[in-house]
Amino acid sequence: MIPEIGHFALALALSLAVVQSVLPILGASHGNVRWMQSARSSAIGQVFFVGVAFAALMRSFVASDFTVRNVAENSHSLKPLLFKIAGTWGSHEGSLLLWVLILTIFGAGVAVLGSNIPAATKARTLSVQAWISVGFLSFLLFTSNPFDRVFPPPADGSDLNPLLQDVGLAMHPPLLYFGYVGFSIVFSFAVAALIEGRIDAAWARWVRPWTLAAWMSLTAGIALGSWWAYYELGWGGWWFWDPVENVSFMPWLLGTALLHSAIVTEKRDAFKSWTILLAILTFSLSLLGTFIVRSGLLTSVHAFAVDPERGIYILGLLALSIGGSLTLYAWRAPDMEGGGLFRPISREAGLLVNNLILAAATGTVLFGTLYPLLLEALTGDKISVGPPFFNAAFVPMMLVLGLFMGAGPYLSWKRADIAGVLQRVRFVAGLTGLVTLVVWYLISGGPFLAYVSILIAVWLLLATLREWALRIKFMEAPLSETLRRARNLPRASHGMTMAHAGLAVAMIGMIGSSAWKSEEIVFVTPGAEVAIAGFDLTFAGVERLRGPNYIADRGRLEVRRDGQAVTTLYPERRSYPVAQTTTTESAIRSTLAGDLYASISEPASEEAASGEAWTLRILYEPLVNFMWLGALMLVAGGALSLSDRRLRVGVPRRARHQGGLRLPAE
Amino acid sequence: MKRLIAVVPLAFAVVLGAFFVWGLNPERDPSEIPSVLISQAAPEFDLPSVPGVDVPGLGRADLTDNPGPVVVNVFASWCVPCKAEHAVLTRFVERDGLRLFGINYKDEPEDAATWLSDLGNPYERIGSDLSGRAGIEWGISGVPETFIVGRDGTVLYRYVGPIVGEDAVKKFTTALAQAGALDRELGS
Amino acid sequence: MIRTLFLIIMLGLPGVANAVEPDEMLSDPNLEARAREISKELRCVVCQNQDIDSSNAGVARDLRLLVRERLVAGDSDTEVIDFVRARYGDFVLFKPPFKPQTYALWIAPFALPAAAFLIGGILLWRARRRPSVEALSEEEEALVAKVLARHGRGGGK
Repeated sequence: MIPEIGHFALALALSLAVVQSVLPILGASHGNVRWMQSARSSAIGQVFFVGVAFAALMRSFVASDFTVRNVAENSHSLKPLLFKIAGTWGSHEGSLLLWVLILTIFGAGVAVLGSNIPAATKARTLSVQAWISVGFLSFLLFTSNPFDRVFPPPADGSDLNPLLQDVGLAMHPPLLYFGYVGFSIVFSFAVAALIEGRIDAAWARWVRPWTLAAWMSLTAGIALGSWWAYYELGWGGWWFWDPVENVSFMPWLLGTALLHSAIVTEKRDAFKSWTILLAILTFSLSLLGTFIVRSGLLTSVHAFAVDPERGIYILGLLALSIGGSLTLYAWRAPDMEGGGLFRPISREAGLLVNNLILAAATGTVLFGTLYPLLLEALTGDKISVGPPFFNAAFVPMMLVLGLFMGAGPYLSWKRADIAGVLQRVRFVAGLTGLVTLVVWYLISGGPFLAYVSILIAVWLLLATLREWALRIKFMEAPLSETLRRARNLPRASHGMTMAHAGLAVAMIGMIGSSAWKSEEIVFVTPGAEVAIAGFDLTFAGVERLRGPNYIADRGRLEVRRDGQAVTTLYPERRSYPVAQTTTTESAIRSTLAGDLYASISEPASEEAASGEAWTLRILYEPLVNFMWLGALMLVAGGALSLSDRRLRVGVPRRARHQGGLRLPAE
Repeated sequence: MKRLIAVVPLAFAVVLGAFFVWGLNPERDPSEIPSVLISQAAPEFDLPSVPGVDVPGLGRADLTDNPGPVVVNVFASWCVPCKAEHAVLTRFVERDGLRLFGINYKDEPEDAATWLSDLGNPYERIGSDLSGRAGIEWGISGVPETFIVGRDGTVLYRYVGPIVGEDAVKKFTTALAQAGALDRELGS
Repeated sequence: MIRTLFLIIMLGLPGVANAVEPDEMLSDPNLEARAREISKELRCVVCQNQDIDSSNAGVARDLRLLVRERLVAGDSDTEVIDFVRARYGDFVLFKPPFKPQTYALWIAPFALPAAAFLIGGILLWRARRRPSVEALSEEEEALVAKVLARHGRGGGK
């Protein structure tokens, strides 16, 4: 019964979406207030019904209702509760339902929280959002119904893959989706603005909180995915330039460009059509990602099912949404007024450079990801494009960006005094050079690029902090003055400092763990000793343990440094009889200086295995935790900016008492 | 000029869309890898016979001078689909006069011998590739794989996977007929 | 379908636990380091987008051993890669070779930023050439002064 309720709720949501697609936007062009306001109720209705459907599916998972095909294929009665819940979004159908849920959440969010947005703009935006809803709800209902029943029901579900039963992995999709589906509302704002035929500084301000929220979530989602891969997959890697990773990364890159471009539009009324284009393209990349992951177009470690029929449907949705919006853009954007002028050395110019680099980087990643497909279509030749290409192409662009990012906050709007800027960064530049030399002295080995990268990362960190320090007169004025200034600075400024510093910190983590990693791989028998990165490890043997649904061989490693005991590591090799898989649970000792990372496995060669030896792999990854710390700082910076009260104060109402200068009330 | 630039994103999207439509073709298998050996001479290899099986070993020299095209099949006793494929291959040999050679890939000789005595041995020659190195020379990614080799040792065709099932057999038969490896006309 | 997907993950991912075994490793650390680097550039043909350094597949292990064999025999890095490439084709290279079919790919990291800056520069230049605000005529000036006087202050933001 409950699955049918869920199914029916989806159908109701679709009807509401259809209404919302038509009424508000017609109301906006005819000035019909009632029609415009209907968007609010239909948006709330949509999120309610999709929410009911989502709850119905989740309940089916929690109750292990195997008459629902989705549950039968993706769950098992022995799964811990948390993972039963997470199973709701673990399949194509379920994750698509989550996708639509988030779409409606953002729509309802604007309907309810967007009280400062003019009625016509809001109505048009919600109609555009409803168009997307109609597309995906119909896709869900007609081709990917999560509530299909299966009869007779199997005795138990068929999926108990232990590798996927992990908290980090369970939370990864919701965060990720909140991110890139969240960009849908920005897309809708942009299309509404194009339909309306105007965009102004106020538009940029309404759009900013939603962009920030989506961006923060996407940052967290991507970081969580990387972190999971790092600790679970057993070899210390965190990014593989896999197509599915790339399609989540590209909206992040363009979303970052969008955030910054919108600032220029808001402050200086410039970059308008560029901001609109970014808003359209960011969500277009999200849609593209949805398409690629679900259509079987490219091989990848974590693509969903290969189903060309579904692929064609989604491609149709893409054609309508991306094709339609870009056509509208080509038609309307050139008519938009250009904005404020600025000199080549100015904050606008700096942000322009930022945007251009991010756009070029996104284009490069897109091209590299799709190139095998393009080449195969044109010549039949099959090639692979992997990390060597992406690292070679992407990293230099990011380094250049980092260089400019350090200087950017020092530039003033419209025209900046280059001499003044150089003078203020003199100290920082010198300090950066010093730190890099120290690093070079302390850590030898590793590629030259690593030192260049550290130089840039340290520059970014120090320049960002120094700029903040200058603004609050840190160390130059009494503490009370500094605190006062800090309190009065808009939160968005603190947000910028936090986020830019966070990126620098994350870069340091990436460099350390990639360039200066050390590794030992040996056969060990009890009593064997291994030395790595200044640590001495003794392998004390393996004991067999029983877990709730697995049998584990747990190794014990005594870790010492300079004769002092540091810790004991317990890497495990687990075997799950029901699912018939084995997993490697690495043991990690984390400090800010780096991670000591150990895993054991049975040797592949038989002679070693028969001698009761185990293969021991130890990695030392310096500075890797800076990466996760940096990601947290990025999200925190976004949160700070989001909480800036300027974003909640709407377009200031013009005073009504100026006689002939009165402007129409909004 | 501004208009022209504004159309560029749309143009890109349309072009990409065309590629995606092409990519969705259900016949296409994105993980299939074409063989580098097609139209090249067969690779260098020289394998001894499988102990316990009374057909000679297989090397490149056996492929370069034949009256007609031959088939090289890479198989193993531990490969489950190979069993079903075995029947298909035997039929080709007995009914159509196909000349069949084999490479026994990373298999224990006793296991292979038992397997062949149980199922029958349609192979004229079998090379024992214990280390898998010969398989690498042929660029195989798994077992079974089957190659059609011309009279002079040129590799003409590769089939990945078991030749089992109507589609597979039809495909392979067509390839064989094109190579001229069958005694009979296609269709009879 | 989903089960196939998970099956693939099951086969693929546990193998991602860095599959190089101690018995494969060379005693010469320089050669071994080169072997590891080369292995990271070679794609495992039976896996979904993994390199042979991290795959547990049998073919991956064979290729790892082959790479080391060639290195011991004195091949350069390029020669080792070409050896594998001759047998498996360009698909097996994670770093696409620089050949006519991939010129576009390798030029893109240069061409794209260049194009971006070019377009950006053009648009900026045209924006700057827009006529600046013209000065008001005498009558217009007088009219403005009158309006301002009537409303007492520079009514606006």
